[in-house]
Amino acid sequence: MEKEHELFETGLTRRRFFHLMGSGVAVVLTASDLFALTIFNAGDKENNIYADDEIAAWIHINPNGIITVYTGKVEVGQNIRTSLSQVVAEELRVSLNTIEMIMGDTSLTPYDRGTYGSLTTPNMSPQLRKAAASLRETLIEMAAAFWKTSTSSLKARDGKVIHSNGKSITYSELTKGKKILKPVNDKVTLTSPDQWKVAGQSIPKINGRDFITGKHMYTSDLKVPGMLYGKIMRAPSYGATLISADTSKAKSIAGITVVEEKDFIGVIGPDSQTAETALWEINAQWKTTPQPSNNTIFSYLKENAQAARSESNFGSVEKIFNESKDVLTQTFFIDYIAHVPLEPRAALAQWEGNNLTVWTGTQRPFAVQEQLEQLFGIPKNNIRVIMPDTGSGYGGKHTGDAALEAARLAKAAGKPVKVVWTREEEFKWAYFRPAGVIEVKSAVNNEGIITAWEFHNYNSGPAGLRIPYEVENQKIEFHPVESPLRQGSYRALAGVANVFARECQINDLANLRKIDPVTFRLKNLKDDRLKNVLEATVQAFGWSKVKPKDRGYGIACAYEKGGYIATAVEVEVSAGEVKIVSIVAAFECGKIINPRHLKSQVVGCLLQGLGGAMFEAIEFKDGKIINPSMANYRVPRFKDVPAIDIVLLDRPDIASTGAGEAPIVTIAPAIRQAIFDATNKKLNQLPLVPNGLKV
Amino acid sequence: MQLHVNGKEYSIEVSGNTTLLTTLREHLDLTGSKYGCGEGVCGACTVLINGVPVRSCITPVGSVQNKEITTIEGLEQNGKLHPVQEAFLEVDPFQCAYCASGMVMSSVALLNRNPSPSKQEIMDAMQSNICRCCTYPDLVEAIVKSIKK
Ligand code: FES
Ligand code: FES
Repeated sequence: MEKEHELFETGLTRRRFFHLMGSGVAVVLTASDLFALTIFNAGDKENNIYADDEIAAWIHINPNGIITVYTGKVEVGQNIRTSLSQVVAEELRVSLNTIEMIMGDTSLTPYDRGTYGSLTTPNMSPQLRKAAASLRETLIEMAAAFWKTSTSSLKARDGKVIHSNGKSITYSELTKGKKILKPVNDKVTLTSPDQWKVAGQSIPKINGRDFITGKHMYTSDLKVPGMLYGKIMRAPSYGATLISADTSKAKSIAGITVVEEKDFIGVIGPDSQTAETALWEINAQWKTTPQPSNNTIFSYLKENAQAARSESNFGSVEKIFNESKDVLTQTFFIDYIAHVPLEPRAALAQWEGNNLTVWTGTQRPFAVQEQLEQLFGIPKNNIRVIMPDTGSGYGGKHTGDAALEAARLAKAAGKPVKVVWTREEEFKWAYFRPAGVIEVKSAVNNEGIITAWEFHNYNSGPAGLRIPYEVENQKIEFHPVESPLRQGSYRALAGVANVFARECQINDLANLRKIDPVTFRLKNLKDDRLKNVLEATVQAFGWSKVKPKDRGYGIACAYEKGGYIATAVEVEVSAGEVKIVSIVAAFECGKIINPRHLKSQVVGCLLQGLGGAMFEAIEFKDGKIINPSMANYRVPRFKDVPAIDIVLLDRPDIASTGAGEAPIVTIAPAIRQAIFDATNKKLNQLPLVPNGLKV
Repeated sequence: MQLHVNGKEYSIEVSGNTTLLTTLREHLDLTGSKYGCGEGVCGACTVLINGVPVRSCITPVGSVQNKEITTIEGLEQNGKLHPVQEAFLEVDPFQCAYCASGMVMSSVALLNRNPSPSKQEIMDAMQSNICRCCTYPDLVEAIVKSIKK
């Protein structure tokens, strides 16, 4: 791998590129294509150089006609390996199996900040599409030069350039012996979606067979010669510090090495179970400090709020509240929840002299590389982080915890070490979706128009604070808090919390004015795309249908992370127990690239949201997580799944955005409204029914 | 210790209370069975013991010495996929697919026991398998398709 390491050492020159990649034709995509054009136009000299952080991706076609796409994005189950291949295959007019995607490897792929925020499809996908089209254009130009004809009589098809007179030349014949490196042509003609043959289709997951035969190697499955298994000693609770540890008993176990570096203590053994046993034999003394519990967390968040950050402030909410008859004030509470990725954090680290290679499941391999650089004080070029397609993330795998641990142990042991977190560690020491307190106050006039909106979120985060409704007087603030539990991003970030509070408030305002919640929304909305999904949902659900006994209907809509979502829910409440009967959702995120995988994302997102809406919650006392197991932390299972109807709105005129987040935000408020509709009970905390679904 | 896995004989040195999952993954390099919870509640580690689905993460290897163990790696016969695998490949339900081995093994066990389960029977049988990506509706579709195969 020395070869590839070199690639990014001091930036990329044309000569080095082909020295390393072999000959062929490549199109490089840079962060700033303008810059790229300038340097390329300066002539083909050795000093035409890309700094390594300017390259975003490249597509290379070798003399065998094999097309390789290099991107720092990673696959955590969103199936972007498939959708990105589709757009490249489409523009290059080749079949999918000639494309190899090299992803998330700090030595092979260009720098990438991370795979999160539903950004791959809106950013990387159109860029790769342009790069592939530019490559096609270049190949056509090469064929034109070869035949001494004009490009207008040539077409690309099935990996060939075809002349209108019938002759053809394959890409591999064209690229043989060539060393052409080009920037993206920003004005390249893209294939219009109505001509798409590969993109826009439900292409099955790439390498799908490897997953159903057990062949795919996740990080936790990897093994290298001489590899040992590592375990880390954990504190008994949040905020605890180590006083002393007696490791003598653990050390006496055959095959066990104990690594002690100040408060970092780990054991290494021949298999994970032996290492785990040794861990139990360590006798440690800890100093604990007072820590909050579930029952005090919400007052803690309010009392420890830092200076507010304004999201929106115009008109005068105070004035309107003073003048209005219908003012509604409510507080909503959001519990911490866990991501529970089915594959826990895992890493395998291997040192060769001063060079470190780490395989780990992370959404941000380049950030992990930086964390390792800091920890060990070695140059970045000595560190390679590889991300095998991973057992999901949902925003929960942004950090390099296991990577750092494995690398520390491997260094101490002088052998490769793999660290796989247990489910319990994952529950206790990964980070959570933040808890939050949300205060909302709003006024509505006689015509059913919202006239003032005041909204304060404590701790959840600023995402999703802005309201899509037209309100003339607004005051919206986020109040950050130093969270007592470790917290971080989650699908749609604070969108789940903020949209919950907002849509509940909207439903309650409608109820206050005795207006149907759909009519009420349409009155206060201008955004057509949002109205479209709302209307599509209402129609598919049959909003005005007669309600059976003990049933309730609920609705909510939102715009988040480039996606428009509306969700309608029917619940049945019998003997005080809530059962979700059906969910209908309409979703729109521009042009659809892979209908089946898009639908899968929307359904998965909705159902994951159902867990957080109904029953998921981290319970903790004095800084100790008290439900750190799957038996005690309920996630959605087969029988939690109601009838689901998804309406996908296709907008070929709008560039595609991601779908892994937006659909999660509206399920909770829709369920809450349906429960209210059935029982007249307003539930203002997430999860809504944690105690055996009892209202 | 002697183990029969996927029609092969293995002779290994492990203590009898090591879990079957650790034995398969770390000693036999059969990593298709996954660790999801270690407490027997997610189904990612499901294998068949004499045809019956078992949670290998809570099964001591000593208890299965003379039994026929089938893992996901053993379903394919002479390069031909098991009909359940074929159905899953066609329906393409997975996102991250970390749950895939457990889902396929549990479905195989279900269909061995009951060749034409109703939707309700499918849900009952699969209730103890978690797909955290929540691809459940497509998983049901894949199992229904398996019935037809
Ligand atoms: S890992 Fe065995 S049931 Fe979850
Ligand atoms: S597809 Fe990710 S856990 Fe099932």
